[in-house]
Amino acid sequence: MSDPIACPTTVFLVDDHALFRAGVKAELAGLNDDRIAIVGEAGSVAEAVTRITAERPNVVLLDVHMPDGGGRAVLEKVHALYPEAVFLALSVSDAAEDVINVIRAGARGYVTKTISGPELADAIVRVAGGDAVFSPRLAGFVLDAFSDRDGAVPAVNPELDLLSPREREVLRLLARGYAYKEIASQLFISIKTVETHVSSVLRKTQMSNRYELSRWATDRRLI
Amino acid sequence: MSPSPDNARATGAAAHPGPHPGAGPTAATYRAVHGGRPEQFTAEGIPRLVRAQNGRVIGGVAKGIADHLRVNAVWVRVAFGVLAVLGGVGVLAYSLLWIFVPQGSDLVSGPVSQIKGREPSSTERRQAVGIAAIAAAVVLVFAASGMGTSISWLVGPLGVMAIGGAFIWREADENRRQRWRRSAAGFVRPARAPLWRVVGGASLVVGGLVLFSIGQVDLTAARSVLVAVGLTLVGVAIIFIPWWMRLVRDLTFERQQLITQKERADIAAHLHDSVLQTLALIQRQSSDSREVLRLARSQERELRAWLYGPAGYATDPDRASSHRPQMLSDALAVAAGEVEDTYAVKVTPVVVGDVAMDPEVAAVVAAAREAMVNAAKHAGGVDISVYAEVLDSSVEVFVRDRGIGFDVSKVAEDRHGLADSIRGRMTRHGGRARITSTPGEGTEVELVMPVKKQSGVPSAGAEQEEPEQTVSA
Repeated sequence: MSDPIACPTTVFLVDDHALFRAGVKAELAGLNDDRIAIVGEAGSVAEAVTRITAERPNVVLLDVHMPDGGGRAVLEKVHALYPEAVFLALSVSDAAEDVINVIRAGARGYVTKTISGPELADAIVRVAGGDAVFSPRLAGFVLDAFSDRDGAVPAVNPELDLLSPREREVLRLLARGYAYKEIASQLFISIKTVETHVSSVLRKTQMSNRYELSRWATDRRLI
Repeated sequence: MSPSPDNARATGAAAHPGPHPGAGPTAATYRAVHGGRPEQFTAEGIPRLVRAQNGRVIGGVAKGIADHLRVNAVWVRVAFGVLAVLGGVGVLAYSLLWIFVPQGSDLVSGPVSQIKGREPSSTERRQAVGIAAIAAAVVLVFAASGMGTSISWLVGPLGVMAIGGAFIWREADENRRQRWRRSAAGFVRPARAPLWRVVGGASLVVGGLVLFSIGQVDLTAARSVLVAVGLTLVGVAIIFIPWWMRLVRDLTFERQQLITQKERADIAAHLHDSVLQTLALIQRQSSDSREVLRLARSQERELRAWLYGPAGYATDPDRASSHRPQMLSDALAVAAGEVEDTYAVKVTPVVVGDVAMDPEVAAVVAAAREAMVNAAKHAGGVDISVYAEVLDSSVEVFVRDRGIGFDVSKVAEDRHGLADSIRGRMTRHGGRARITSTPGEGTEVELVMPVKKQSGVPSAGAEQEEPEQTVSA
């Protein structure tokens, strides 16, 4: 959260729409936020992979829908070459399968393109600091995926396939639109503990079987 | 082609542009779909001779003729029966009519299920089968008593063959063929039963022919003939199979192209009607930022629903067509959309789990809507988040804003409208509402409504799995 100003978070932008990249750059630059510095951008999967591995930024802002495999392809290829990269998905889509898909592939957060500039800057700093960025909507999807309602399938790894009551409470408050600080005071725990819970929920989402979260995401639309 | 509902859906994209195909093909869409097909009546107003699709027993020939002549179908069936006894003329006539008279389409503008083909009543079916059985019995008696050698071929091998042929023709009837066509295009999996009927029919035909030839020729000569016939068949197969396969491949490809084209036209039409219109409006009103925001939000919501909604474009059409009942998530999304549009604020609903609407759930939605309206009016134009969760025995909804807030204890005294329209509604249905607000930090309305065991949520039978997970609010 409070990184020393001396070394700002380096950000790399991946989106196939040049206009959108320009817009994000202008908005982040206009904030005069010295916590972040944009170091590069790319418009295709191949270009993104080569340039990210060369530039070695802290955070990659990643579009989900792109030709040649989309954000997921970038995630997988870059992770193999440069595992330290932290990905924050920035997408126009808030469909459940898109969100769950990139989170499972290893993104640390997911925000939609309607997010405001300051919020985006905060999200970048937070993922750079090792935290997960859960929008209320993402929290809702994850709660739904881990809900015992669709559990006709036995859990393969019970440790991972369950959320602890505390994690569930944190997630519910996130879905209700509470900030970390408010969650902390509501549950009488420290902000650090809230962050720990959120990170462990993210880890479970990424590693849990939970009958293939992505399949759940697809099925859910077809109720 | 008959306008079976599936067919109307597949070919009638122009007639049904929306994601919900209409109830049933009307006369107008029939004409649109079937282009230059003749009308159902001649110029003199006499119904055209077509095979009946509704109320048929075998091929719909007798019913069709009866409709054409405006007489009772029973008499036509009796006539066919009598003719069948006369040297099999009736059977021959029936077969030829079956082959050459096109299948009719009964235009019923009503629910789709009615068009799909009314089954004949059981008495009707028994009658028809009875007539056929009597005719067959008479033929057998004639044949057994040696009368009329012309009859004996009918009950002999050629009779067996005819039955086999009838099976195949029944399978190849037009609406069945349509189903095959669709299955070739990958819409439905081919059913197992028709295949067996075709195979059975084919073996009957071949068997009948073999019996017939054995009856005509002596066996020693027949062997070499059979070998020759077999070899010829193999040769024909070798020649025609590649050609046939290429034909099928080409057909499938063409069909896919057609579907793709229709989809593109569909998307273009929709984008023209929605997104382009809205963008034009936004350009004209660019000075009014509130109006631009409102237009952009409502267009975004509409487009998302069209793309990803329950009956949306990206949804599997087979499963989307099964109507799901109105659900809590839909109702909340609609309410949020209305508040967004009316008050030009951003409302983000998040729903976990889902439940079918009933009076209690409807009361929660109405109370939540009221809370959203209050937040939109009084909180000072900030974003509103709505979170709903369906638990095992209750529905909980939280409406929250980060606006100016107020002192709850003071307001409850002098202004009843605000809390009562929410609280009153909830308590009347056995639920409760709690309003938390801090001046300067915003307001949260918490609505809790106990509900009966949910029936609307699929796969609801897993409560016993991990009981410690149920969270008490």
